[in-house]
This record gives sequence, structure tokens and C-alpha cells, in this order.
Amino acid sequence: MVHQHFSLAPNLTVLDNIMTGTEKLWSFKSETVTARTKLLGIVQRFGLDVDPDARLGDLSVGEQQRVEILKALYNDARILILDEPTAVLTNIEAERLFRTLKEMARQGLSLIFISHKLDEVMAAADRIVVLRGGKVAAERLVGQTSKADLAELMVGHRVTRPVRDQAAPGAVVFEVTGVTVRQGGVDRLKDVSFHLCAGETLGIIGVSGNGQTTLAHLVSGLAKPSDGGMLLFGEPVANLSVRGLIESGVGRIPEDRNKEGAIGEMSIWENTILERVWSPAFSKYGLVNRKAGMAFAERIIADFDVRGGKPASRTRLLSGGNMQKLILGRNLSDRPRILIAAQPTRGLDEGAVAAVHARILEARRQGTAVLLISEDLDEVIGLADRIQAIVNGRLSPAIAAETADPRRLGLMMAGEWRQTEGAVNAS
Amino acid sequence: MRLERRSHRPLFLVLVSPLIAIAAALAIAGILIAMAGAPVLEAYWRIGVGAFGSRLAATETLTRATPLILTGLAAAVAFRARLWNIGAEGQFYVGAITVAALGSGALSSLPGAVLIPILFAAGALAGMVLMLLPLWLRLRFSVDEVVTSLLLNFVAVLFVSLLIDGVLKDPLAFGWPQSLPVGDHALLPKLIARSRLHIGLAVAVAAAVIIHLVQSRTVFGMRSRAAGLSPAGAVFAGVPFGRTLVMVACLSGGLAGLSGAIEVMGVKGYVTTDLSPGYGYSGIIVAMLANLHPVGVIAATVFTAAMFVGADGMSRALGIPSYIADVTVALSLLTMLIALFLTQYRIRR
Repeated sequence: MVHQHFSLAPNLTVLDNIMTGTEKLWSFKSETVTARTKLLGIVQRFGLDVDPDARLGDLSVGEQQRVEILKALYNDARILILDEPTAVLTNIEAERLFRTLKEMARQGLSLIFISHKLDEVMAAADRIVVLRGGKVAAERLVGQTSKADLAELMVGHRVTRPVRDQAAPGAVVFEVTGVTVRQGGVDRLKDVSFHLCAGETLGIIGVSGNGQTTLAHLVSGLAKPSDGGMLLFGEPVANLSVRGLIESGVGRIPEDRNKEGAIGEMSIWENTILERVWSPAFSKYGLVNRKAGMAFAERIIADFDVRGGKPASRTRLLSGGNMQKLILGRNLSDRPRILIAAQPTRGLDEGAVAAVHARILEARRQGTAVLLISEDLDEVIGLADRIQAIVNGRLSPAIAAETADPRRLGLMMAGEWRQTEGAVNAS
Repeated sequence: MRLERRSHRPLFLVLVSPLIAIAAALAIAGILIAMAGAPVLEAYWRIGVGAFGSRLAATETLTRATPLILTGLAAAVAFRARLWNIGAEGQFYVGAITVAALGSGALSSLPGAVLIPILFAAGALAGMVLMLLPLWLRLRFSVDEVVTSLLLNFVAVLFVSLLIDGVLKDPLAFGWPQSLPVGDHALLPKLIARSRLHIGLAVAVAAAVIIHLVQSRTVFGMRSRAAGLSPAGAVFAGVPFGRTLVMVACLSGGLAGLSGAIEVMGVKGYVTTDLSPGYGYSGIIVAMLANLHPVGVIAATVFTAAMFVGADGMSRALGIPSYIADVTVALSLLTMLIALFLTQYRIRR
């Protein structure tokens, strides 16, 4: 198994890294010479050249990955599983990896290559299995399929839109133009543009880990843009602050409700008012108005059907669905003008999902602009009016949800939207 | 076997577990006492007598508790916000030496009602400054404040040592390294006549109550708790994380500095490098015993101080090594921590 994140010790040499765990702890001598011969044999056989005495930390990422593969081969692996091996590689390194993989397959090894990049799968594999929702959706030979075919299979044929009111988009309330977010020297978001209209839902689809978290953080006031401009209700804003957002009527549902959405060890009423405790409704002269907080929590519990807790009980005692209803409640009870919902139904049961969806649809009907960032395609198709895809930190142009078909969405999520661009002018 | 968190702590258990803990500690210490050849039951009796058996013993226990309440509070408020201030010892000393410097010099002619609050504030301020340095390093460069605040203890104590052997040296101390004494106006009034017990105890108890109210009633208290329980959750809710930690650091360092100031003004009147028998470090233990609750700190401190004073009395009365006293204290703290832990978790097979 070669993981996406390496399990190597940067302060040891290549040979030491490979030998780690292969020898008994209580043996006094180390079979370095034998190990070196064996390693060099493998290196030659597959053309994976790495200097056995180099310090691992000095190697490039591509070379480190070769060490990971060598480690598996050194342990006489006959089936090699690679989890998103190209995520960390440059194009040249990736091509080199594909050549090595072909060579290994030719010599009789079995390889499983996990990826969501269609180009790579087509380049590296002989046979392709498409997984969808934890089930095998299809199996194809490379010669008998195409990228578009695969994209369609990835998305599935379940695209049925629930009946609901026609969108009547109002004024543009939030506009993001060409925003880049750079964190730790890496562009998490690149030249991202989108806009939200009152009474309309914009859905952001995409495969997990393509920048959704940063996008959610950006619009929730947690990440600063390095470049680009934003207009909130027509006013230019350089940085969004949490307080500024809440004051101007922006509700935020975080993607990780246990980590960000609520503090489990604090009581329910404290969690409902923590983000607005500065407001005169909940504090005066720096003293928290406990009574007002309790009343607010009481109201949310009643209105949003939060079960399993009283205002004073600890929030961690709530189930996931009820915690999410609480978070929805504290955001929606003031009729926000914008609602940012990041993965709002992740990990919830059917009943809770339906409740959350109903609330989001209701908010939209009342004129709230909704930004829905979700990895659940059905959810986006069911709720959104317009859809954009996020791939590797970039946003595709928007398409109208009515015109979305599986093939098109699949291509968008695979980053192939330029192919469909001719047909895009729905926004 | 695994541990499972209790959904609530039964009151019965909370009340009984400390008693079981003390009994267990005494039972283990009894083995050592027996090995030292002293009658075990009498030794137990002597601990009680040593801590509370006379007016002198009781006031001595409370005198000992006074600075410890404040350093315990310093640790408790910081740890609540997950700010690991291990530097209360150093903050204690800079608070103490600041008071000695100001209280022995120009200000010493002021009347007590003015001078004492000024010196309290100055001592607290010195402690604050010493805690802000590690916090700044953490916020700016993500340096672990455990290491920096701990190392600053040695810097602070050596700095004090430099001063009391130099510019602040008392020329009348027969060459002993001790600071100039503070003026008479700076000495704290006694709480009980003919004892060492001074109004510092009242200040410490008041501080505990005030901090309890701050933590449970104010916006700052709510935010500092949020920052400690879940930094990601606090940031998402718009809690000004850095500013909250700065305030917590000021409070924590200030309490430890105040502790040093009070110890100088209440008991000795001057500073030596053995002014604190580890009050800063014991404060951490006291805070853990109190489960970081400010009012609990008072109870935990009285227990700890009683064990210190009582066990000393025992070893003196029975002529057994004073190490046994230290071991008894350490054991009782360990068993108490285990007992408190078991009130929060239950053991499952």
C-alpha cells in the first residue's frame, strides 16, 4: 500500500527507511549488506533509481514516493495499492510514475491505482472500476471507454430534480471576483469568481479536497484573500470578519459541526449566542445576559425541533442531526440575507437530511441568497438553481441546474469544463 | 479495560472521593512510617495536630495557603483557556522583587492605604509582563509556551538573585543575599493578632470569587472558555483568539505576580531566593486538584497547605526523616488526582 501521505522518516537514509520494521527488535546485528543487495536488485529490475544512502529529507517528493513503492516491493508485495499517487507529483514525475507502473504490471505485479483524475486513470490503467457511494458502479476496459463515458458513470443516472418553486433571482448580494487565497505558499483558491443573488441558491460541486474547505472559510470570514475583490451588498470589502458578516446578516453553517459549529463542552445556550455575544441583546457592559441567551436557545429548540437537550445541557449530548438543527436555528432565526452552507448534511440520517433541506429551501423562498458547498451531488441538484464545480482550487463557470446532465456535471467535476464551455452561458 | 466518560458527575462521588483519596495516601505513607520505626496511628494524629491542632498551627496553615491560592488561580485561569503557563514561579519572584524595589525606596513614605494598592498593582504588572513574553512568542512564532514560560522561571530567579546581591542588597543583613526591606507602611495588616496570618488571605479569597464571577458571567469569561475548549470552534464563532489569550495571560501572570507581592508584604518584608518553596509549581497541582475551578482552588489549597504543614509537624514530633513528610504530600496529591479523574470517568471492561 502506498498512501497519499508518506509514512517515511525524513532523518533516516533511504535504506534505513526501507529496512525499518523488517528486522526483529531484539536482534543485535543488522543485515544491511543483504538488504542493500536486495534493494539494488529491485531498483534495477523496475528502473526506480534512488540512492540508498541519500537522506530521505533531501529527496524530492517524487523520489520519496519511489522510496515508498520500493518499501512495498522490498517486503515482497505482489499487489500494490496506490492511493492518489499523483496528488503530490509534477506532470513529468507523474508520467515517469506511469511508465514505472506499466513496467511493474508487465513483470507480473498487480496494481490498484486510486484516483479521481480521469486523464490519469486512462493513462495508467488497463481496467477501470468506478465507485459511487461505496458501491461498484461499473467496470470497463480502457480500450472500450472514454473520459466522457467515465464521467457519466461517476455521476450516475439519478439526476431527478424535486419539484419546487421557480427561482426568481433578485439583486446580486455578494460578488467575488478573481479571488486567490494563498496559505503557506500554496494557492488554495485560484482566481475564483462567483456571485449570489437574493432568493437563489448557488451550488458548488466537486470531489472532496479540491478547495471546498478554503472556499467555505473565505466566505465565513476565516480565510483572507491574497488577491481579488469582493462586494458584499454592493460595498467593497477587503476582508470579511466573522462579526462583520453576522452584523450584516450572513448566516454560516460550517462543514465540521463538531469542530467548528459547536463547542461540545459548552452548554446549548452558550453555543447559540457565542458568535453574537457582542450584540446588546445578549450582553451589556461585558456581562453576558444569561436569561436572554436561555430564551434564544429555548426558541430555537422549539422552532427547529431540536431534541435531546435543554438550553443548559451540554451540547455534546446532542446527536449530529439535532446539533445541525441547532446550528441552522441560530443562523436562520434572524432571517439572514445570505446563508453559507458547507456540507450541511454530511453524516446525517435521512430524516435530519430532509429537515435541513426543507429549511434551506424555505430560506431561499423567503429571499435569502444561499451558497451551498456540497460533495453530495444529489443534494446540489435538488437544491441549487445554478451550479459551479470546484477543481483544484479553481471554479468552473456556472451552469443552470435545469441544463445539468450527468455527463456534463461529471466533466465539470473532472476539471474538463472547457470542453463544455461552448454550451455554457446560463448564468 | 477502558475508560468511559460519565455524562454527569454524581454529587455523592464528588464528596466522597477526596476522602477515599486521603485515606489511600495515608495508608501508603503508613508503610513508610512503619519502616522508619514510628507508630503509624500516632503519626496520622500528628499530621492533623500539626495542621489544625492549635491556633498557631491553623494560622500557619492558612498563611502558607495564601500565596498558593493565588498561584493556583494563576494556573487555573490560564489552563482553562489552554494557555500553559508553567511560569508562575518566575512571575511570583518578579512580583516580589518589584515590591521590594518600590516599597523600600521613594514610595515608602506614602500612607499604607495608598501604598499597598500601588504595590499590589506593581507586583501584578511585573508578573503580567513576564507572561506576555512567552505568549507573544507563541502567537508570533508558534513557540510552545510550556517551554518558554518554564525557562523564564530560572531567568527570573537568577535576575532576582543578581539584584539582591547587587543594587537592592540590604547592607544591614550581615552579608546575606537579601533585598532591602519594604517600609513599615507597605506591610500588610494582620488578620489575627499575634500570628503571621495577614489580610493577603482575604485578598486571595476575594480574587478567587471575582475570577469565578468573571469566568461564569462575562463575555470575556465565555470567550476564554471557548478558546480553551475548542480553538477552531472559537475562531469560527468570531472570538478574537489572540486578544482573548493576551487578556488571559495578563490575568494569569498578574495573579502570580500579586502572589509574590503579597508574600513579601505579608510575611517577610524582604526578598530572598528561597522566598517561595515552589509556590509557582505547587499552584499547578492545586489548580489540577480543583479541576480548574476558581473557588475549588481555595479548598484544594487549604488541603495542600495542611498536608505540607501537618506532615512537617509529624516528622518533627516523631523524629522520622522529613522526606517521609514530602512523600506523604506527594502521595496525597497523586491519589487526589486519580480520585477526581474517576469522578469524571468510569472504568469499563
